Amino acid sequence: MQQQGMVEKSPLLDVLTHAVLIVGEAVVVFPVWLAFVASTRIDSDFLTGVVPMLPGPHLLDNFGALLSAGNSTAGAPPFAAMLLNSLIMALLIAVGKIAISITSAFAIVYFRFPGRVLCFWAIFITLMLPVEVRIVPTFKVVADLGMLNSYPGLVIPLIASATATFLFRQVFLTIPDELAEAARVDGAGALRFFWDILIPLSRTNIAALFVVLFVYGWNQYLWPLLITTDPKYYTVVMGIKRLATVLDGDTQWNLVMAGTILAALPPVLVIIVMQRLFVKGLIETEK
Amino acid sequence: MQSKRALFPNNGLPYLLLAPQLIVTIIFFLWPAGQAVLSSFQRQDPFGLKVTFVWFDNYQRLLRSGVYLHSLGVTAIFAISVAVLAMGLALILAAAVSRALKLGRFYTTLLVWPYAVAPAAVGLLWWFMFNPSVGILSYVIRAVFHYDWNHRLHDTDAMILIVVSAVWKQISYNFLFFVAGMASVPQSLTEAAALDGAGPVHRFWTVIFPLIAPTTFFLTMINITYAMFDTFPIVDTTTSGGPNQATNILVYKVYADGFLGLDLGSSAAQSVLLMIIVVTLTVIQFCAVERETRT
Repeated sequence: MQQQGMVEKSPLLDVLTHAVLIVGEAVVVFPVWLAFVASTRIDSDFLTGVVPMLPGPHLLDNFGALLSAGNSTAGAPPFAAMLLNSLIMALLIAVGKIAISITSAFAIVYFRFPGRVLCFWAIFITLMLPVEVRIVPTFKVVADLGMLNSYPGLVIPLIASATATFLFRQVFLTIPDELAEAARVDGAGALRFFWDILIPLSRTNIAALFVVLFVYGWNQYLWPLLITTDPKYYTVVMGIKRLATVLDGDTQWNLVMAGTILAALPPVLVIIVMQRLFVKGLIETEK
Repeated sequence: MQSKRALFPNNGLPYLLLAPQLIVTIIFFLWPAGQAVLSSFQRQDPFGLKVTFVWFDNYQRLLRSGVYLHSLGVTAIFAISVAVLAMGLALILAAAVSRALKLGRFYTTLLVWPYAVAPAAVGLLWWFMFNPSVGILSYVIRAVFHYDWNHRLHDTDAMILIVVSAVWKQISYNFLFFVAGMASVPQSLTEAAALDGAGPVHRFWTVIFPLIAPTTFFLTMINITYAMFDTFPIVDTTTSGGPNQATNILVYKVYADGFLGLDLGSSAAQSVLLMIIVVTLTVIQFCAVERETRT
């Protein structure tokens, strides 16, 4: 990128550099190419024993069938409905995490009140309690609250966010004190300052975080798997497992791979289109 | 704790602002974690009618059970393999991209997207490629190495399957952090080394690699945490912990014992042991970051 200053040229190393990258790209892309090929075939193409390497003519049939009808033998509802559920879940998780974290960070940075440090640590602790390690009791809480098979049940237990809170705390600490002082002199209240100054100043951070959290929300697997038994609330990422779990001999590879592509594509498109924001969000949240 | 000089008066507003986060944290994080600790000291009969307090009995049974110790070993092998491979490959690719001048951005775009692929989908992609009857890779392995690949029967095959899947997904994450780390190495240092006659490979190991050590350390912790906790969907879509417990990593076992086996006391004790592991990993990382920012 900015290596014009480098002293020597090394053609051999240049060739090696590109060779490494091309092999790397090939390994990264190959599984998806195969999945794509499989999704354009019919199930009898897989009976010969070797997977075809080039696409066939059944792309629209397979995707059309999945989107509108799902797969009844595998107990998978129409994919259009599952995609919508995933979209709702991912959007609500991303928006919810940002909303409750940005207000928490505002409280912790701009106010002094009894219990402040305790609140900070309570939020910090969530970092150490991923849902995977406390699944049984968390499931029980959600069941007791009557939140199984519901959007609140899919979303609310996942929206506490220590990383988002720390990120906004970091952002607010870099904002000059003079701004808050000026706002106070002008007679603006705390909420006014929050809306008119802090939020606009954090716009890029919010956008970057949104991309990362959308991907996080969309890709949830264990949680929706546990709390949804009603196909109306299935998300697409957990739904593809159902396509695949019919007896191995009867696996309809064309449909399984078409479903996998449908489940994987939306967040991939989001980070490709918003690559700059995504990289910013990813690197910032881990600081 | 750092804070502002310019403060707003406390009129109850901060509690209101914190309330949503705290309520969610207490109900869905702290309370269940407390419940897990409590039921790890109890035993429930299979019908849930009677609960007896058994002190450390669940823990003693766990730590004496060959199955649990085996799962611990499997998890260690898995986590170390994933961390070493995912970081090693990412480091090579990042070093290559930072040399690739104009095409760097293009290569980067093509490398980052696996990060966004759901782990469950990653599992299915590799499950398809390694499938003993139709998979391309099992076919090639059979043709070239005359080995009958079958992750449903052979322990090692199953482990390789989940390692490869988990690594494939994690490379893009490590790659981005290594690229960011290398970009922050001052140009003047590498140029000075070049003037002293150090070749590109030598420069990498003596100048760049030591300077990105904090990134490497940070990624080691992240990768171990990832392999231990975020790979549940990969195991569930490929091997379901089998064959013969060969890929039954700790998070999968908690789930299987709690939801499928309904051994609640044991599952709770496993949860608590897992929490201790996460706390240890987080504290190590936190202390390192603190030391880093202080110097």
